[in-house]
Amino acid sequence: MPNLSAYIPEADALSSFAGRLQILLNGNDCELVNERHELVIRVPLDNLRDVLTKFRDDSTVALNQLTDVTAVDYPERPKRYDVVYQMLSVNFNQRVRVITSVNESDLIPSVVDLFASANWAEREVWDMFGLFFAGHPDLRRLLTDYGFEGHPLRKDFPLTGYVEVRYDDTERRVLYEPVQLTQEFRDFDFLSPWEGVQASMPDLTDEDSSDQAEAN
Amino acid sequence: MGVIDPRTAAPIPPGAEQDKILNAVTDEITNRGFVIAKADKLFNWARSGSLWPMTFGLACCAVEMMHSAASRYDMDRYGMLFRPSPRQSDVMIVAGTLTNKMAPALRRVYDQMPEPRWVLSMGSCANGGGYYHYSYAVVRGCDRIVPVDVYVPGCPPTAEALIYGLLQLQKKIKRTATIART
Repeated sequence: MPNLSAYIPEADALSSFAGRLQILLNGNDCELVNERHELVIRVPLDNLRDVLTKFRDDSTVALNQLTDVTAVDYPERPKRYDVVYQMLSVNFNQRVRVITSVNESDLIPSVVDLFASANWAEREVWDMFGLFFAGHPDLRRLLTDYGFEGHPLRKDFPLTGYVEVRYDDTERRVLYEPVQLTQEFRDFDFLSPWEGVQASMPDLTDEDSSDQAEAN
Repeated sequence: MGVIDPRTAAPIPPGAEQDKILNAVTDEITNRGFVIAKADKLFNWARSGSLWPMTFGLACCAVEMMHSAASRYDMDRYGMLFRPSPRQSDVMIVAGTLTNKMAPALRRVYDQMPEPRWVLSMGSCANGGGYYHYSYAVVRGCDRIVPVDVYVPGCPPTAEALIYGLLQLQKKIKRTATIART
């Protein structure tokens, strides 16, 4: 297999960008990783706002767009959720992913005053994961139904939810009732040889192994 | 559409035989100035010849619905015009995924349509939830909210399939008894 990193002309720009980020991150207890040519930074929750402010205001990185805020649920971890901030520097054509781990009881500092685009994104994270953003101007649900209960993207939320709707002719309005399925959802077995899918992507991060493969 | 033999109710294909009937009708109008038909047949003919669907595009099916209205298939040929208001339309094409949040709005819009009115459910999602059948946010079929006359299967159904469904609806309207006898 060829060494794929040699085919990426932006690799130099990426590593020098990563170097400038590293200088900014000094003393912030952060971890910067180059994962398959994508820069990922893990930040402790307390330093999150400082780091994002620095990234936005420093002209050597100029990460002045926040393109998305999302979260990921890992039920097995002590800090169950990863909140993910996707940032873009238009000046340098570089993207950075800032990740912080939180619990559901943690107060995440809102960044709406830093990036206006965080407003609806943080509302969506609140809606889907139930993570609370302190200092958000209007933290309501964004996507789910009016009066919806629960946070659907949590791993412990049942797929079919708790209620379903139907129109009642006698009451002349749409009613909410507990879910009753005529056929249960099929429990897929992803480990069986007929349904399981193996990852076929080569590990591009391990440069040694790819060099070795090239020698063969 | 087409000419039907009044005695056997069988359709007469285009040709000399059909021309004979059409000429007889034309002569009747030019000679005497009127023709005679059954009132309920006439009503049904008028209703099915000017179905005005309301645009209720909810998802990707709406794109196919637009195709069926655009120049290639051209629903105008059947006298079908999309109307932006429920108060001016008599067919509702539910095109796409109906979510729980949208369901009360869909019912309200249906209630605003004047009688007689029909509903055409377009695509798997509107028919029975489709891909999102087990979702926490999706209605498992729009017939839980409004009474449906015609179901068009597909994901999404092609523009031809939608036109076919609308022609089926025309047939359904034509065979209903408009004037109810008590």
